[in-house]
Amino acid sequence: MLKLYDGALPVSVILKEWYEEELESNYGAYIPFVGTVRSEDGIDGLSFDIYEPILESWFKAWQEKAKAKGAVIKMAHSRGDVMLHESSYIASVFSPKRRVALEFIDEFVEDFKASAPIWKYDLKDGKRIYALDRSTAIEGHGILGEKS
Amino acid sequence: MIILVRVEFLGPIQKEALELDINDLSELATVLQDDSEMTQWLQNCAVAVNDTLVSSLDAPLKDGDKVSLLPPVCGG
Repeated sequence: MLKLYDGALPVSVILKEWYEEELESNYGAYIPFVGTVRSEDGIDGLSFDIYEPILESWFKAWQEKAKAKGAVIKMAHSRGDVMLHESSYIASVFSPKRRVALEFIDEFVEDFKASAPIWKYDLKDGKRIYALDRSTAIEGHGILGEKS
Repeated sequence: MIILVRVEFLGPIQKEALELDINDLSELATVLQDDSEMTQWLQNCAVAVNDTLVSSLDAPLKDGDKVSLLPPVCGG
């Protein structure tokens, strides 16, 4: 399950919905990670661009990895502007036992940060400024800079 | 035969898509290395052909292919 929203995520609605979806699935653990915009460096909020075709294939590969461990992964992310103290990201893992879910959510979120095609901007003084210094170049980057 | 490949610049790269007559990614590299707007992006962008990431310039391109440039990411 991958859901994209315009603006801030309705966190309590999503967490409740996911909880209820898997209530009868016999999972012993439900581990959500919620990313919330915090006040830092004078920003008013954050803004996001998403490239959906590659995000979807990236997420599908993670769904397969989860399935191989008997787990389920769900993710929600915002498009556009998300203001201070609102949330832009939720990742959740359901699994029969907690250890698998705890390890999986860690691996998943790390790879999300390094690979998911989402671009973050600071909203500051009415401007939308690309957060290059907090961004990670995707593995395999730089081939177009090679001299032939 | 003219091969038209669409090149898209994603996220923060403020550049209109290009339609280029190129046979492979090496030719695209040559075109973009001559483009001063792209200087800051070529070393840090990943490249996808038809929405699949590629790791070398050897991949041949055919008419109608889409190449995407993905600058550094930061979701969450």
